[in-house]
Amino acid sequence: MTQLVLERIRGIAADLMDIPVHEVLPTSSPDTIEKWDSLHHLNLVLGLEGEFGVQFSPEEIAKMQSVESIAWLVQNKLSRAE
Amino acid sequence: MASDPREVIDEVLQLGQWVKASNMLAELWRQQSVMGNAAYIISRYERMNSELPMTPYRLALLRSFTVEPLVPLLRAAAFASGVNLAVQVGDFNAYAQEILNSHSNLYQFEPDAVILAIQTRDLLPDLWYRFTELSPEEVEQVIDRTRKDLSDWVKTFRCYSKASLIIHNLEMPLRPSAGILDAQGELSQVEAFRRVNEGMRSLARDYPGVYIFDYDALIALHGRLRWHDEVKWLTVRLPIAADCLIHLANEWLRFLYPVTGKVCKALVTDLDNTLWGGIIGEDGMSGIQIGPEHPGAAYQFLQRAMLDLYQRGIILAVCSKNNPSDAMEALENHPGMLLRPHHFAALRINWNDKAQNLREIASELNIGIDALAFLDDNPVEREWVRSQLPVTVIDLPQDPMGYARALRDSPIFERLTLSDEDRERGRYYAEERQRTELRGGTTSLEDFYRSLQMEVEIAFVTPQTLTRVAQLTQKTNQFNLTTRRYTEQQIAEMAAGAEWRVYSLRARDRFGDNGLVGVAIARFDRDFCEIDSFLMSCRVVGRTVETAFLSHVAVEALHRGPRYLHGWYLPTKKNDLVKDFYKSHGFKLIGEREKGSLWELDLSNGCVRTPEWIICRVLEEGITQ
Repeated sequence: MTQLVLERIRGIAADLMDIPVHEVLPTSSPDTIEKWDSLHHLNLVLGLEGEFGVQFSPEEIAKMQSVESIAWLVQNKLSRAE
Repeated sequence: MASDPREVIDEVLQLGQWVKASNMLAELWRQQSVMGNAAYIISRYERMNSELPMTPYRLALLRSFTVEPLVPLLRAAAFASGVNLAVQVGDFNAYAQEILNSHSNLYQFEPDAVILAIQTRDLLPDLWYRFTELSPEEVEQVIDRTRKDLSDWVKTFRCYSKASLIIHNLEMPLRPSAGILDAQGELSQVEAFRRVNEGMRSLARDYPGVYIFDYDALIALHGRLRWHDEVKWLTVRLPIAADCLIHLANEWLRFLYPVTGKVCKALVTDLDNTLWGGIIGEDGMSGIQIGPEHPGAAYQFLQRAMLDLYQRGIILAVCSKNNPSDAMEALENHPGMLLRPHHFAALRINWNDKAQNLREIASELNIGIDALAFLDDNPVEREWVRSQLPVTVIDLPQDPMGYARALRDSPIFERLTLSDEDRERGRYYAEERQRTELRGGTTSLEDFYRSLQMEVEIAFVTPQTLTRVAQLTQKTNQFNLTTRRYTEQQIAEMAAGAEWRVYSLRARDRFGDNGLVGVAIARFDRDFCEIDSFLMSCRVVGRTVETAFLSHVAVEALHRGPRYLHGWYLPTKKNDLVKDFYKSHGFKLIGEREKGSLWELDLSNGCVRTPEWIICRVLEEGITQ
């Protein structure tokens, strides 16, 4: 996974939840960030789809359990698209 | 790497430079209207909300699908346009209960506007999913029932709320259930949805403040296939693709612009390389590009778009760095031009600073500087004007082929209603130019008034004048004693009330009809009559028409019994013009509060006299009684 993708995702997540980016760690998840509720999760999915030009399947959305796992998923999609 | 614009904005905020920070936030949104920026922009605007002159506005969304991700986009866009939008989202598919129950969350929220966003498949599941199983009679029944339901909802809504109601029309399916056969039959699936849409349109015609949002056209504009996201619909009930959400938010905002009053009244345009290709001073009449063929066609399309605005009542003006004689030659005589000098209410063709010219144009047209929009191909001029004035600057793309679309896409000229006055406005302003010229040639002011041969016609508000009367209360800023804004619905209710009188005034003179230009609203008490609102369009200010109008209100008050006529002057940033209005008509100051001053006229000591040079006619019919 490239560092760049991870950083962009941290930035987007921080923006959407309006929290400082240093509070969003690779291990962050809905369990560790209080603001990360289901609505913010949807916003995050939409934000990532818009930012990276990808689409997630329902199964993939269910697997988005941490910032790191999201980054892997996005990275995978991007490299498959290349 | 350039510094992050957000860090710069936060620094400006730290320094307490609110207006600058607000402009930078608006610019950030203009450049990147994405979800991530929305959250940031909202949080910063909320931080300085109390420091900025924002228009507060309450919007309720009644819906059949997930709209939550749209809310931050909408609020950020609204903030960037100077509107502080509070949004309430109703429960899924609870719209009917919310509308029919007068104690529902909807009405408790006291919205200024309500958007009713129901998908076709949710409103008409039988016609959407099972159309091929239904007989034509059953289809007819469903259509009739749905039209009746909609009509009941709108009628009930109007009883309980004065808010504007914006109804999404029904979108068409990607492919009709019967395939290409659908278009061959008598009552097709598509036709059935169109019939319901038609019912919605007639509701909008029948009820004031009810508007149709052509949702189907919006989807078509962006492409039905691109718009829909089947996965999101089936999983989270969001039928719209991530990258299309912003288009819906922006389209909602187009409807909110006119209802929040955030609209421009005039468009000021550059000439060289904007209205035509090339530079008239260098290329000459035969060298500039303007006509029906490429490359002149792009400029003609832009002129066509401007003519459409002109017909909508938007005032056009010119601000160009040019030799006046060169530019006028092209405006008057070039065969390819659609716009001619008589379309423009003001012309500034000189070598002066454009910001200064725009200030002069606003003052000549008697409208606020923030009511101007500015169109110029030169990004340097655009930037300069943007930095100097609260004018709306419309960005043009590099390629002139995109000019017309850029203008048509701009939401600032949207209108939800069009009165006769709007349609005739361009002509009024041209006539006003002639009047001003005449004033130069007469001796005394009274002679000038006499030479105008003014006539006014005063009437109670009628169903025909309701739109214009409400519009005047919403738009008039300068000659307005109390600046109370009313919707059509509120005006209609006042007009029907026994203790209220709503008057309208038309004015004409030897140069033409000025149309309906004045509104007065009076409330009668036992001992006094209070002037709730008194306002005049700037078109006729300074010709003593206001005195004739006030005189009529006073005479009516006297006839109904009260001895005193009361009137408030409530100062705003824009109505300094009328601060001495009551004083100069013989009223005495009887109270001063923070909000303004209260004036009284003792009617037993004589009335306000109608100027002898104005012929006054009074019509008796109206909504009342």
